[in-house]
Amino acid sequence: MKDLIKTLVETYGPSGNEEQIRGLIEETISDHVEEIQVDTMGNLIAHKEGTGDGKRVMIAAHMDEIGLVVTHIDDDGFARFGRVGGVSPITLVGNRVLFADSTTGVIGCEKWLRSSKLPEWEELFIDVGATSQKDCPIDVGNIAGFVRSFVDMGKRMVAKSMDDRVGCAVVIQTLLNMEDSPNDVYFVFTVQEELGTRGATAATFGIEPDVAVAVDVTSVGDTPEAHPMAVSLGDGPAIKVMDSGMLTHPGVKRWMIEAAEDADIPYQLEVLERGSTDARAMQLSRIGVAAGCLSIPCRYVHTPSEMVDYGDVQGSVDLLSAMLGGEIDLS
Amino acid sequence: MLLEALSNARGVSGNEDQVRDIILQEIRGYIDTYRVDALGNLLCVKKPRHASEKWPHKVMIAAHMDEIGLIVTGINENGTLRFDKVGGIDDRILLSKQVLVGEKEVPGVIGYRPIHLIAKDERDKAIEADKLSIDIGASDEESAKELVTVGDYVSFRTAFGALDEESRTVKGKAFDDRAGCAVLIELLKETYDLEIHAAFTTQEEVGLRGARVASYSINPDAAFVLEGTICDDLPKKKDTSPVTELGKGPAITFMDRSFVADRRLVELLVTTAKQMDIPYQFKRAVAGGTDAGAIHLAREGVPSVTVSVPSRYIHAPVSLLSLSDFDHTVQLLRAALYNLEGGLP
Amino acid sequence: MDTMELLRDLSQATGVSGYEGEPRAVARRALAPFTDEQQVDALGNLITLKRGMRAPDTPPHSIMLAAHMDEIGLMVTDFDEGFLRFTTVGGVDTRTILGQEVIVHGKRPLPGIVASRPPHVLPESEQEKALPIEELFIDVGVSEERIQELTRVGDFITMRREFLPLAKGYASGKALDNRAGVVTLVGCMEALNRMQHSWDVYAVATSQEEVGLRGATVSAYDTAPDIAIAVDVGYGLQQGVKEKEAISMDKGGAIGIGPNFHPLMAQRLIETAEKYEVKYQREIIAGRSGTDAWAIQVAREGIPTALISIPLRYMHTSVETVCIRDIDRIARLMALFIAELDQSFAEALGLPKGEG
Repeated sequence: MKDLIKTLVETYGPSGNEEQIRGLIEETISDHVEEIQVDTMGNLIAHKEGTGDGKRVMIAAHMDEIGLVVTHIDDDGFARFGRVGGVSPITLVGNRVLFADSTTGVIGCEKWLRSSKLPEWEELFIDVGATSQKDCPIDVGNIAGFVRSFVDMGKRMVAKSMDDRVGCAVVIQTLLNMEDSPNDVYFVFTVQEELGTRGATAATFGIEPDVAVAVDVTSVGDTPEAHPMAVSLGDGPAIKVMDSGMLTHPGVKRWMIEAAEDADIPYQLEVLERGSTDARAMQLSRIGVAAGCLSIPCRYVHTPSEMVDYGDVQGSVDLLSAMLGGEIDLS
Repeated sequence: MLLEALSNARGVSGNEDQVRDIILQEIRGYIDTYRVDALGNLLCVKKPRHASEKWPHKVMIAAHMDEIGLIVTGINENGTLRFDKVGGIDDRILLSKQVLVGEKEVPGVIGYRPIHLIAKDERDKAIEADKLSIDIGASDEESAKELVTVGDYVSFRTAFGALDEESRTVKGKAFDDRAGCAVLIELLKETYDLEIHAAFTTQEEVGLRGARVASYSINPDAAFVLEGTICDDLPKKKDTSPVTELGKGPAITFMDRSFVADRRLVELLVTTAKQMDIPYQFKRAVAGGTDAGAIHLAREGVPSVTVSVPSRYIHAPVSLLSLSDFDHTVQLLRAALYNLEGGLP
Repeated sequence: MDTMELLRDLSQATGVSGYEGEPRAVARRALAPFTDEQQVDALGNLITLKRGMRAPDTPPHSIMLAAHMDEIGLMVTDFDEGFLRFTTVGGVDTRTILGQEVIVHGKRPLPGIVASRPPHVLPESEQEKALPIEELFIDVGVSEERIQELTRVGDFITMRREFLPLAKGYASGKALDNRAGVVTLVGCMEALNRMQHSWDVYAVATSQEEVGLRGATVSAYDTAPDIAIAVDVGYGLQQGVKEKEAISMDKGGAIGIGPNFHPLMAQRLIETAEKYEVKYQREIIAGRSGTDAWAIQVAREGIPTALISIPLRYMHTSVETVCIRDIDRIARLMALFIAELDQSFAEALGLPKGEG
């Protein structure tokens, strides 16, 4: 599964520009589902029909990643930019970015080494090696993702865009492993989550599921002086109770906990004080959907070096498989 | 339960009548004489089993009846009540609490501006008590006056109750010092070869005032002060003194802000605890003061010591103590009094 | 219906956003005698329906009444030496919970206290600062080992606050925002039971308002009413609040005026109040109302919506205070409003004709 994760994280796909990553996922799973389609927003929706009269289930992992968008190119060929999703300037200086056409750039900062304070957005720029506006290979509106290769540390793995490609990997692996299920399952790889769970909003309206679960990364409290949070890397997948956008449906929470306990999968309960996932959008669709989230603990979220634990990833596949394998009782 | 009745009773400093009535009811059969003095102290005498010439013959045991609270200082045009604090209250605990006002126990609440109307940068400021008022449901000054009078005492509306059966923790208001009152009542149920002067004092929270006159008139040979004291066995960043710890037994004071304990009495308590296998601890901070501060300076001076039941969150509307600490305090004091019959060590 | 008793039962029921089971059960019991159907949806909304008596040749119309039943609260985030660390659910001013008794909803309900270290042992210079949530914890008086057996991360915590009738028909308690609103719904349905009305009435006790109007969003989509009235609490005039920020206590429901509210709805409510001499006041809200009305107005094709605010003091504390008379007035006003709904009002609003 590490190979799958490596391929997924190293593929380009900032929000709104998910074509490459979508193509890769589609290729990986298309032979294993009855039906696969791309909706108007660009969400990839794979359908595995149920064998019985189980529930209509939607599983969502987002394909998009955070990035930067070029807003201006000056006479000397330096590009100014805005952010796509929750990028913090503290992660940027000296970092490299990649555009859809494979152009690489580095991020510089005005008055570099002259100031110790956090750079302002206006002080940052991308240098793609151009000497003037004319020979600059990129244009206003081009969107870049970050560059950072996947590193297998053994127990742990680090890469850019683990958020949420590792979630995509969990969903893909679950789908590939899946045998007959009584439930009608829609595996959805959503777009534009980082811009406000936009892909999931549209996809859920179309699918009209009975129950929906997002698979996404969550923050942890196990690094030095971290904000207190009872989720640690390596203690198993996290079952979300609440985040700033969603309260897990009590029946969904029970279903997830029982699935984990019945299958002897270590798990943790998660309360995330800042941030949310596609589940936020899914629960508010039409007349309301029972929703929850399976979270993969991740350090350094929204930096180019997001770290996850391989055991947590495998546990997430086991948990999702256990959840989907049987009858779902939300009462 | 006795502690329950005492904790629920209302007795802000200067207004201790209700507490005194409960205590008197409880101890009548166990004492020989009593009187109520000019400050409202309840002073009781329990004669020794046998007439004895041994020293010491006069032992004072004191616990204060009063509690911290509020007092109505004025009525606003909109029918809410202005108030002052009686005793040491941290302003920050007043927000959003229920209270009872005056003899008629008129219910009221201390409200505050809704969070929605507070600027973000103001939310980290403590709210001073003089910005708060008590709402009793009256919509103007006149209708408020039908129910309350300026000078009415105000106490927190907190019910005594069990928190956890297994660890025997209970919650309630005014454990400082109704816990001490309850211990003293238990002590009076036994007879000693000492002349016991039980002083249920007033106005401790506003400056140890009751104890001062009581010890002057009793003029004892030794004094024990029973208290409910600070307990800081709580999560903290640095490894500092917990002062006292819940569940670790009665806390013996060697020194606080108001006095230095008599070394012989401290030794008596420690020896007794060891001898009887009763858990005990020292109060590990020089914080706070008790009636002993006044008593030890009475007339020519009185050897004094303070023993406390550890209580978390004293001076707040709801505090917490362990009944096993309470029982151990009674046991320790009882045994110490027996040991004192032969004189000070 | 005894307004005070129902408000007491609702106030003391436990129902932090997302876990509205208890107040929902109380509301359901109270609404059942006056409604034809009661359902609970995926987000926990209680949706009840009372059918109108429609003349055979008129199109069907419906009105939604919405009042949220969730309350703000706390949630366990971590353990610290036998004490609980927590976060807020909804807008809690953490300054108002110090020294507050709470219930931690673990394997069994655990009474506890929101506490901090005693001020006696802290530097005096810190006493002017409010205590940040990181310095607060919950003490349930249980040993460190047992606390892990009894509670888990994600357990919710409610204020332990007995409902307290005050003088002059006022009452104080927790969660009167917006259980008082739920009481107006029950009062309205009870009154309607003795009246004639031609429109169908959905009385919805909504969920998850305090965390982002979530229950109203999906229940308005589901019931798809022609018009709607949300009932929520408004800032009652109190010590420390300026008159321009607040509405008056004991002067009746405050009818919302502003972009969130359909002018004809507000006008009709005012006319009804004048006609039947029900006390009311106006509340000007220039933009976002922060109530269920904000979500309902933009459901589906858009819904003409009104808001009636119950004057309430000390909002989002555990001593929220209302005047019982205001609740009764609002219930009566809504019932009278509904009884007079007819085809001409539907046409005045430009509502599409229903499928007869």
